[in-house]
Amino acid sequence: MSIQFNKETFRDDYSFHNSERAIKRFPFPFHEDSYMYAVNMEQHQGGPKDSVYEMRFDVDEHYVAEMQDRAQVLADDPLRCQSLPHMTLAGWDLLELIMVSKSEDYPEFFELQRDGLYWRWINKPLGIDDSFTFLDESTLPYGPMEYICRQTQGDFCVLDQRDEMLWMDAGMVTTQADWSLDFDIGMNFFEWHAPVPLAHEMGIFKRALKFLLNIQQGTPARRLNWTMTVNPLLDTSPENYHKWGIQKTSLTPENIGGKQFLRVELQTFFRLPRSNALVFPIRCYLIAFEDIVSVPKWGRRLHRVIRDLPVELATYKGFIDNRPMMLDYLSEYDDGLPTSPGVWPELDTEPSLQAV
Amino acid sequence: MNTTTKPSGSGAQKMDVIVEAVTPLNDLVTRFDFKRANGEDFPTFSGGAHTVIEMQDGDRVRLNPYSLMSDPVQTASYSISVRRDDEGRGGSLFMHNHVKVGDRMRLSTPVNLFCLDLRAKKHIFVAGGIGITPFLGMIAQLERTQGRWELHYSGRSRALASYAEQLTRQHGSKVHIYFDDQSQTIDIDGLLSGQPLGSHLYVCGPAGMISWVLGRAADSAWPSDSVHSEEFLAPQSGEPFQVRLCQSDKTIEVGAHESLLEAIERAGVAAPYLCRGGACGQCETTVLEYDGEFQHRDHWLEDAEHASGKKIMPCVSRFVGKTLVLDR
Ligand code: HEM
Ligand code: FES
Repeated sequence: MSIQFNKETFRDDYSFHNSERAIKRFPFPFHEDSYMYAVNMEQHQGGPKDSVYEMRFDVDEHYVAEMQDRAQVLADDPLRCQSLPHMTLAGWDLLELIMVSKSEDYPEFFELQRDGLYWRWINKPLGIDDSFTFLDESTLPYGPMEYICRQTQGDFCVLDQRDEMLWMDAGMVTTQADWSLDFDIGMNFFEWHAPVPLAHEMGIFKRALKFLLNIQQGTPARRLNWTMTVNPLLDTSPENYHKWGIQKTSLTPENIGGKQFLRVELQTFFRLPRSNALVFPIRCYLIAFEDIVSVPKWGRRLHRVIRDLPVELATYKGFIDNRPMMLDYLSEYDDGLPTSPGVWPELDTEPSLQAV
Repeated sequence: MNTTTKPSGSGAQKMDVIVEAVTPLNDLVTRFDFKRANGEDFPTFSGGAHTVIEMQDGDRVRLNPYSLMSDPVQTASYSISVRRDDEGRGGSLFMHNHVKVGDRMRLSTPVNLFCLDLRAKKHIFVAGGIGITPFLGMIAQLERTQGRWELHYSGRSRALASYAEQLTRQHGSKVHIYFDDQSQTIDIDGLLSGQPLGSHLYVCGPAGMISWVLGRAADSAWPSDSVHSEEFLAPQSGEPFQVRLCQSDKTIEVGAHESLLEAIERAGVAAPYLCRGGACGQCETTVLEYDGEFQHRDHWLEDAEHASGKKIMPCVSRFVGKTLVLDR
């Protein structure tokens, strides 16, 4: 498969856009007409052909533009990338995992040549060709985690595992949904999840942690999370809230279809072999409301989910004020017909939109 | 390293392997080296990791966890050391008596539940007997990354202290060996008091030794999160008992020398597991009905859960009584 990389921006003029292919393979997160937090984890061992679940690290049309945006965020705020001293080995683990996965999954774009500890890495879309010594930091232009994360879509948390607990001891976080690595660094699983409503009481984090502690080499897992973003912004960090928070008030009934985005995170979990750390890549996918409703099943379902979402979740996810306007828009695409179970678009079998 | 309560292995990924070498080290311990049947390298691992080895013993499948003791960077082969346990349930005897070069076996991908704390300024290892094996991989790892460590290793006698000589030869004064038959013992209090701040202590060996070391560490006010241990205990034999598996609609008999988990598997019922040693939580099973007494031996359930009679960890725990019905 060949990918045409988009020329687009996630700031200023917001020229970000999804192709027809990107819309069809969008990781729509709702498998039924309602949503509540759950321990929604499954194995990450591939998925349907051309879906975002097929490869270990999905590379899509936004790759090059996302990497340019990331470089900009890092230049403005170096604290988006941090690694406590004991996490260097985990950084090498991550570099190896990504280089091996990408070169096997996308040989037309990435090449890894290995001769013992002497490695050569070729990244064609970004024009990189570097030779270095594995486990020798002085041979790379950045630390191993920073080096590889500058070339991989999605945020990365690298968790140290100690005393039956996970600790956020390293990461590169530039495309986050309103949380801060600089604030969370060194925290444990329960501490960094403290702001999340309802899920603690439901026992979700206790069970999720048990599951994560037991993830083993060779059996990665994944789950989806989602929120809402006005304008296709990757960097919705607390550090920059003053810049993007205000944009939420720019939504109008006329512009909402193109300006309101559903933001979905494909979260995966891999055990790292040398360090026994866990890496948590958080890959962000954005889609405009007007593109979602081009899939009749998704339009019907999104309306119902947003309508019935508990107030606590709509508040935490930051769209409680805009919910009425979203519902006005989405109700136009909900004719009340039943939807089939599962997340797939089902374009061939699902009825097209009837007059509302 | 047979007979461990230790976690390891995985119910998931398995690798076909060929026995490459069988090397008796002394009267009790034999080392086994494996290579992969498909000619590929093994996955890398971290010091302290194990693999679960699958033994086809007649029509019975035995699954035992053993520490990987090779250098984690050398992935052309995996090595384990097995101590013969004449009183055990037979896994180690099978390895000693029946496994030979060229045999095909299956190993799980590595699992680590006894890993180095990489924040440590210094790593202090205390090993007893076959408890030396996880430290061999850890030492290899630290040597590559210039980590600071020292080892205190006690064995029954010079002849039975596997790898003692080799360790001393390679690492000199970092290695301290003690022989029981010469009445040499580890000066644990001296050892604990003279260490730099930020040191971590790791203990592996017989249960008595572990509780002794952990007790002394607690008394000397070592922070509990800088003390790590791994215990060697097998699922224990016991009286046979009967179990009803409700979901699968089967009644099974658990023999004296097999675990409840093994009996469930023997009946052809798929049950989750990871460590087979009461530590990982994967095999947690709901009890629907019982009339009798549990022999809980896991490190997973809380005391209250043990007392509730609602949960059992079938990899290590047993039951004595009239009726036991499980949601499996
Ligand atoms: C180790 C891996 C994980 C990391 C590093 C992580 C990190 C985070 C962070 C930083 C937040 C934002 C909290 C805030 O508002 O400041 C969050 C939210 C959340 N996390 Fe996790 N998480 C992990 C695994 C999981 C798992 C396995 C679950 C499973 C249920 C989970 C469930 C949630 C939920 C429900 C939210 C709220 C999201 C929303 O409503 O938008 N997390 N997580
Ligand atoms: S299999 Fe790990 S606790 Fe039973």
